[in-house]
Amino acid sequence: MAKPSNEAFFWMLFSAGGVVAALLIPVQLFLFFIAFPLGWLQAPSHDSLISLVRMPLVRIYLFILCSLPLFHWAHRFRYTLYDGLKVKHLTGLIFVLCYGGAVVGTAIAACLLWTI
Amino acid sequence: MSMMNEDAGKSAPGYTPFHPRWYRPHVSVYWWLGEWHYLKFILRELSSVAVAFFVIETLFMLSALHEGPEAYAHFQAVLRNPLVVLINIISFLFVVFHTITWFNLAPSAMPVRMGGKKLPEALVAAPSYVAWVVISAIVCWIVLH
Amino acid sequence: MADKITLEIARYSPEHDQEPHFQSFEVPVHKEWVVLDALNHIKDTVDGTLTYRWSCRMGICGSCGMMVNGEPKLTCATFLSSYAKNGEKIRVEPLRYFPIVRDLVTELSDFLAKLKKVKPWLLPKDEPPLAQGEFLQTPEQVDRYKQFSMCINCTLCYAACPVVGLDPVFVGPAAIALAQRYNMDSRDQGAGERTAILAHPDGVWGCTFVGECTRVCPKHVDPAGAIQQYKIAAVLDWLKSFVAPRGA
Repeated sequence: MAKPSNEAFFWMLFSAGGVVAALLIPVQLFLFFIAFPLGWLQAPSHDSLISLVRMPLVRIYLFILCSLPLFHWAHRFRYTLYDGLKVKHLTGLIFVLCYGGAVVGTAIAACLLWTI
Repeated sequence: MSMMNEDAGKSAPGYTPFHPRWYRPHVSVYWWLGEWHYLKFILRELSSVAVAFFVIETLFMLSALHEGPEAYAHFQAVLRNPLVVLINIISFLFVVFHTITWFNLAPSAMPVRMGGKKLPEALVAAPSYVAWVVISAIVCWIVLH
Repeated sequence: MADKITLEIARYSPEHDQEPHFQSFEVPVHKEWVVLDALNHIKDTVDGTLTYRWSCRMGICGSCGMMVNGEPKLTCATFLSSYAKNGEKIRVEPLRYFPIVRDLVTELSDFLAKLKKVKPWLLPKDEPPLAQGEFLQTPEQVDRYKQFSMCINCTLCYAACPVVGLDPVFVGPAAIALAQRYNMDSRDQGAGERTAILAHPDGVWGCTFVGECTRVCPKHVDPAGAIQQYKIAAVLDWLKSFVAPRGA
């Protein structure tokens, strides 16, 4: 009996990232990048925000928020390039750029959230 | 056994009695502009770019936060730039589009069976929306206090 | 409602043409006529060389699929009156993303080869002796695969799926839905034999859930749903392969 292709792994990451993005990104984007800059809601001060971010559970929450959606993007964008621009023959390069980008983003997130 | 004639459509005119020359229509790279359903699909896929943009923005914000109150204030000033606000509003619309299409499609991937039959998809999608509202409310409460 | 309607029909003769071109025909609009009736009228009374497939004329054989005003449809189920009342012309073309043999006839051998590769038949592991009697299935066991068994191989889903058009090796909606029909059948133990072709980059992973296949399916098979369900099963299978490695 054959083993499913390793594409299964990337689709799994895509799905997990999709769920995280669907549930969490709308409210996070709305609060931090629309409501606070436009003054619709009172933005937290630097001190209160950084002490919130430093809590261990919040660090983990932010890490998940910043890593899984990147893998969601990587998989979806990869296939959009294949189908939208008909560049499936560049599959190796696209694979490296997309998942590589997600790995780099995840590493940056890990560094930031470890040291903040 | 494949009788695909690779040169069909490109070879010289002439009918071969034993194998007709099939016509192979070419699929344009602009196929996705040909139909509204296709365009809607591509827009849904491009919502992933808004998702990635949000993550990058958030990483910049965390970096500014780490550097100190001045860097954070400067970052907030950048966020107030009208162009940045516009990009964020567009991203927000795309991200919500992602959420809605995701919740509406998930029940086909994971059908829920009860009493020997498949439950209607709208019923299976409803708890996701409820969870979305509840989680969003919790995040708001934590951030605003 | 007008009493006549114009059909613009794609013509292609491999003997004379380099590419398809359109030919217009005027047909009377009868309340109960479908596009297939119009084609038969043209072939019988106007141009006998018009070539197309049809058979049951009642939506069960799957032969008469064509593009009608850019949408994949069974021409035996598409009424002239729905176009006539809007004053529209009807453009009839062969199903998209297939090679064209002649006029409205598509070349299906690639589809049939893909269908055969997924082994759409029961693969029981141990065949019980005849004396044991029939396989018994509860209504619930039937319900698990029944929807996917309604497929009539009309290939409208292939004409709707952009991945089929962009990637000729993609196995395609109907073949995967039919494979899943057997994977979900309690009498079948052949899911392992179908893994190699399905859980393959040219199998389910090429699908990006556009969903057009499900939208155009005349028998409401929901091939898109079948494909996503298989993806989840393949992920679980992939994870299991680390916990319990299997032999070659």
